[in-house]
Amino acid sequence: MKVWTKKDLVGLEVLNKDEIEMILETATSFKEISTRQVKKVPTLRGKTIVLFFFEPSTRTRSSFDLAAKRLSADTLSISTSTSAIKKGETVKDTMKNIEAMQVDAIIIRHSASGIAQTLSNCMGSSIINAGDGCHEHPTQGLLDMFTIKEKKGKIKGLNISIIGDITHSRVARSNIWGLKKLGAHVTVCGPRTLIPRDIEKMGVNVTTSLPQALKNADVVNILRIQMERQKAGLFPSLREYAMRYGVSKEKLEKYAKDDVLIMHPGPMNRGIEITPDVADGSFSVILDQVTNGIAVRMAVLYLVCQSHTEDAEQEL
Amino acid sequence: MTLKEKSRLMDAQMIKRTLMRISHEILERNKGTDEIVVVGIRSRGAYLASRIVKMIKEIDGNEIPLGILDITLYRDDLTMIDTCPVVHSTKIDFDINDKIVVLVDDVLFTGRTIRCALDELIDLGRPRNIQLAVLVDRGHRELPIRADYVGKNVPTTLDESVEVRLKEVDDKEEVILLSKKKD
Repeated sequence: MKVWTKKDLVGLEVLNKDEIEMILETATSFKEISTRQVKKVPTLRGKTIVLFFFEPSTRTRSSFDLAAKRLSADTLSISTSTSAIKKGETVKDTMKNIEAMQVDAIIIRHSASGIAQTLSNCMGSSIINAGDGCHEHPTQGLLDMFTIKEKKGKIKGLNISIIGDITHSRVARSNIWGLKKLGAHVTVCGPRTLIPRDIEKMGVNVTTSLPQALKNADVVNILRIQMERQKAGLFPSLREYAMRYGVSKEKLEKYAKDDVLIMHPGPMNRGIEITPDVADGSFSVILDQVTNGIAVRMAVLYLVCQSHTEDAEQEL
Repeated sequence: MTLKEKSRLMDAQMIKRTLMRISHEILERNKGTDEIVVVGIRSRGAYLASRIVKMIKEIDGNEIPLGILDITLYRDDLTMIDTCPVVHSTKIDFDINDKIVVLVDDVLFTGRTIRCALDELIDLGRPRNIQLAVLVDRGHRELPIRADYVGKNVPTTLDESVEVRLKEVDDKEEVILLSKKKD
């Protein structure tokens, strides 16, 4: 029998294939709940879940918040600007204090890569990574995979191209780890300066040519140009980026398959990495990704909050 | 502790006759198929429910809506059991408001499963009436719940267990009484 044993969700790198598939299967069952008139089940009644967002977010934060509420958990939202972090308290101290208020799970987004792992080692409550620096954004990776599986019926053997700023993208990393484990062929594409050295070691193909990346792709995942992480001048101008790497309807019709899926984790820079006619066009499943995000996060919260670690099992 | 087969309570023929009788009773009590929907509790209750829907169609000619309920998310022991149970989906793609819902399960025991099912149904809408049909009632209720249609009443002790095996999942068609036996 399949058993979930992980206390935390730090990233997809540390999950195995069965665990990823278990989350995706569980999410399938949760999807129906959001279509009900009463969008709520009593499963996590009495659990307290804290949303700790040190970086701006609309989608991920509201998605986690709704997921927790639809499972009847109580949520508490904390953001940097209104917290004692402003007074110089360290993240770990803040977390320890929050934990002392008897919370069950902490969802954290922070600009420091690896912070979720650090907290997972020193905290008793479940830690769920909602994006840590350039490291991972596991629930985004999972919801992307869920959407691919829902639309294409499978993941194994598909050609998936990820286009944009790979270096700074935690979404790309979570996608690569997850998709490779489920047997997809992944290609990353972008200006050489935005592709990390040795990325081939993750088992992906690398190209700097957009037509090459669009050809044969079953799914194209377009990443956002992260203005807040683009101070170093890694490409000449946004206009040039849009010309060479912006995905437009014209380029799709010229190079891509007829049934290609277009995905974007949001927020979109319309006219830069994606043109409006692609974002709102028939290939786009961008809003399905958002809908599926709630089901996937409900599945993660359910599994993590109900998990019993191996130690606990031995005690029983 | 292992379970030992003690006796066979029902065979394929008897399960069929019993379900046929329950189908007739459902029609008799509700005076036809108007406003009736049948909802089975996953997993064996769902197979029984689909058979009842077929039988009602044979008898009355009308096809009534069939739904499947997964009660995992409504269990009251989630915090006490050591592994989180696999969640399957609830499939009720029709409106249950003002309908007569016939809930179907294989074995009625403590009544806790039925409590979950009632809570979930009421979250899905406001049925006019909910009725309960079970293949076997083995007693030992822990909640004030009773069945409207009972296939067979089986007095049991707490260290016994009743297992319904259906050809859809078990390759067999029978109801077995098992008793716990210390190794």
